[in-house]
Amino acid sequence: MITFEQVSVQYADAAAPALSNVDLTVPEGELCLLVGPSGSGKSTLLGTVSGLVPHFTGGTLHGRVTVGGRDTREHRPRELADLVGTVGQDPLAHFVTDTVEDELAYGMESLGLPADVMRRRVEETLDLLGLADLRDRALTSLSGGQQQRVAIGSVLTVHPRVLVLDEPTSALDPGAAEEVLAVLQRLVHDLGTTVLMAEHRLERVVQYADQVLLLTPGAAPVLGEPAEVMAHSPVHPPVVGLGRLAGWQPLPLSVRDARRKAASLRDRLDGHRPAAAGVPAAAPIAVAERLAVRRGPVAALRGVDLVIRPGEITALMGRNGAGKSTLLGGLVGLHAPASGSIRINGRTPHRTRPAELIREVGLVPQDPRDLLYGESVAAECTAADADAGAAPGTCRALVERLLPGIADATHPRDLSEGQRLTLALAVVLTARPPLLLLDEPTRGLDYAAKARLVAILRDLAVEGHAVLLATHDVELAAELAHRTVILAEGEIVADGPTAEVVVSSPAFAPQVAKVLAPGPWLTVHQVAEALSA
Amino acid sequence: MRTPRQLHPGAWWLWALGLGAAATRTTNPAILLLLAAVAGYVVAARRGDAPWSRSYGAFLRLGLFVLGVRLLFAILLGSPIPGTHVLFTLPEVPLPVWAQGVRIGGRVTVEGLLAALYDGLRLATLLVCVGAANALASPARLLRALPGALYEAGVAVVVAMTFAPNLVADVQRLRAARRLRGRTDRGIAAVLSVGLPVLEGALERSVALAAAMDTRGFGRTADVPRRLARATAALTLAGLLGICLAAYGLLTSGSAGWALPVLLLGLAAAFAGLLLGSRRSVRTRYRPDPWAFAEWLTAGSGAAVAALTIILSTRDPAAFAPTVVPPTVPVLPLAAVLAVLLGLIPAFATPTPPRRAS
Repeated sequence: MITFEQVSVQYADAAAPALSNVDLTVPEGELCLLVGPSGSGKSTLLGTVSGLVPHFTGGTLHGRVTVGGRDTREHRPRELADLVGTVGQDPLAHFVTDTVEDELAYGMESLGLPADVMRRRVEETLDLLGLADLRDRALTSLSGGQQQRVAIGSVLTVHPRVLVLDEPTSALDPGAAEEVLAVLQRLVHDLGTTVLMAEHRLERVVQYADQVLLLTPGAAPVLGEPAEVMAHSPVHPPVVGLGRLAGWQPLPLSVRDARRKAASLRDRLDGHRPAAAGVPAAAPIAVAERLAVRRGPVAALRGVDLVIRPGEITALMGRNGAGKSTLLGGLVGLHAPASGSIRINGRTPHRTRPAELIREVGLVPQDPRDLLYGESVAAECTAADADAGAAPGTCRALVERLLPGIADATHPRDLSEGQRLTLALAVVLTARPPLLLLDEPTRGLDYAAKARLVAILRDLAVEGHAVLLATHDVELAAELAHRTVILAEGEIVADGPTAEVVVSSPAFAPQVAKVLAPGPWLTVHQVAEALSA
Repeated sequence: MRTPRQLHPGAWWLWALGLGAAATRTTNPAILLLLAAVAGYVVAARRGDAPWSRSYGAFLRLGLFVLGVRLLFAILLGSPIPGTHVLFTLPEVPLPVWAQGVRIGGRVTVEGLLAALYDGLRLATLLVCVGAANALASPARLLRALPGALYEAGVAVVVAMTFAPNLVADVQRLRAARRLRGRTDRGIAAVLSVGLPVLEGALERSVALAAAMDTRGFGRTADVPRRLARATAALTLAGLLGICLAAYGLLTSGSAGWALPVLLLGLAAAFAGLLLGSRRSVRTRYRPDPWAFAEWLTAGSGAAVAALTIILSTRDPAAFAPTVVPPTVPVLPLAAVLAVLLGLIPAFATPTPPRRAS
């Protein structure tokens, strides 16, 4: 269905080619998953299939990519629109119209399909994706998972034979991600659509893949059976990590497969317990009491009671729109409480001057770029020192510690996702706030960048910072958090040690917990330590 | 009972423009208020539950604001209307000789205030009519009904309209981010300093949207013979030239005899160009709004209101433009009332908009 012949892509201002010597064939009707660290050319490879590379992004394409017999060098993306459907990470960036039904029809209108065909296909697609109840709704009023399903539906109506997805679930909560993946599964099985998908959150998708294409910078791409590729892949989900640790053959990719093999491991672990991460009891830094916050007509938070102590890492989880970002915003004074109170070291955040508040609490927003205005890393650091009233060089020293080897002259926009996040973290830490908040920090991070972030945050907690992070990433919470708070509809529905809160929850349990339940194990690392003890 | 459906947006806009045209022909406050009431009643009876339906209130407030500003200016800056009934006298600001003709403060007369009130009311009624059209049919839906050749221009407008709220959201987010850096988020400097990042963000979004639209087949064209393409270009160009010439002829006083035929010819040529141009477009339309009896009735009622008001106002100018010097009580001629009430037809004769089950 898709063939790559000696494909290389070189962008004008890059030293090394983004993609080199890709030579492979993706057969029809397969779900092919692209894995690899950031910067290995996943998005570029997807772009060559939809024709966006090189027609839209520039750069030089060597070799040939053919999709269903059409050469993408000779066909512009619009001429491939009836063959290839493309969905990106952010559904809102994809929408052209304003209601669900119009959006589903848009592609067909562009292709000039007859009115009766359009009508029939819109109805079919509404049913296929479970969107029938939402047909008249405005796109902006939908939840993240619903929006992503509409985005997929909007390219499905033209009946493409290939679907190209670039991180379709990374912005979604676990439940919404399941929704989207179930739809993809159904497309592959029932309609024979060929799906090419890149995704960092392997734990969500690898079990659905028929083939895995591993891209590593500087090495030839490897296409193969998921289990074979995962056995050697530098990026892999926890269930594969557990399988490698226990030496299971063939390597399990899903929790179900792993559980079948795990009986002996569970026996071996019987009697062991993971080392408890003790948090010294200390006076709380931040206290929210019966906190209610309204955002427009919506009651975003209702009667939230939360106490945060130094040295403790707390994960804040819950659906998209459950009120996580609002709670973080309330703690830094962006939203005034409608009732109840927030005190941070005795201060009320929304009444405190920003220059004083940043010494008490710092927030790294969902998109770290919001925080960075400087033309270079050095300028950013100088500004941060001035903002925080810190000694000159404080921020630069923090950058050097968290992110060694970044040149002063680098523009923040040229950094990778992970580097940018770390720079924003250094900027926030310059004011030495005892309470550190992070909103969705692992969005777009690969496993290596995530591991670095985990190490940094652990160190900060040991130094006595309190860390509160809002995240959809259950594996991150399991790895890092002492305590997990789950929000739903603006109320706290669970609050306690991570192991107790997540193990029993089907949506928020990490893979290792699901495999080894009812044992208290959360991460591969804990299991490895227990086995070597 | 008719099945609920959305009326064709063009019908609502024609109806509202008819009411608006009627409003421009009169300064009689009774007729103007009646027109505004008719528009308001139809909106109340036939608006849907889409987000834009709530825009009517905003237009109403805007109309009142315009009226208020007009009155305030008449009080502060005086009025050119010569009046004898002095209501009160404001202290007058002495101005240098070169500012002769401008007055701040001074006598406020009943005549001046009345003239300002009538004038402001006319403008406010016009705004209310536009607001009614806006609440009954979104401009985006109107653009969807454009002929194929204008489709690209229509998309540009729709995209621009959805970008405005996004820009506002970006400014808010980045101002919040300033707070996170410990800088103040108040004042003009705070808004200005986020200008560049906001523009960068908008640019990135437009590039992403352009890519998304391209991958979904936006801009696919059908092959048309070269001769047809040339004819399209020639017709459109000639038509636009003709319209420009005619506009010049109509606006300059004097020899306007040739202007009207040229205008008609120009319009015809441009329209033919558009029709031919639509052949290049391969687009089809999903569930186009039908133009049926109810649409004819709605557009017709608007046209009737406009036409009757224009005819009546030339026959009986005194009733449609009540004198303010000396002040008289405006009369409400029965014929005018009946003409304006024709605008109520859509409130009864059109299908109700579908309401979402909730």
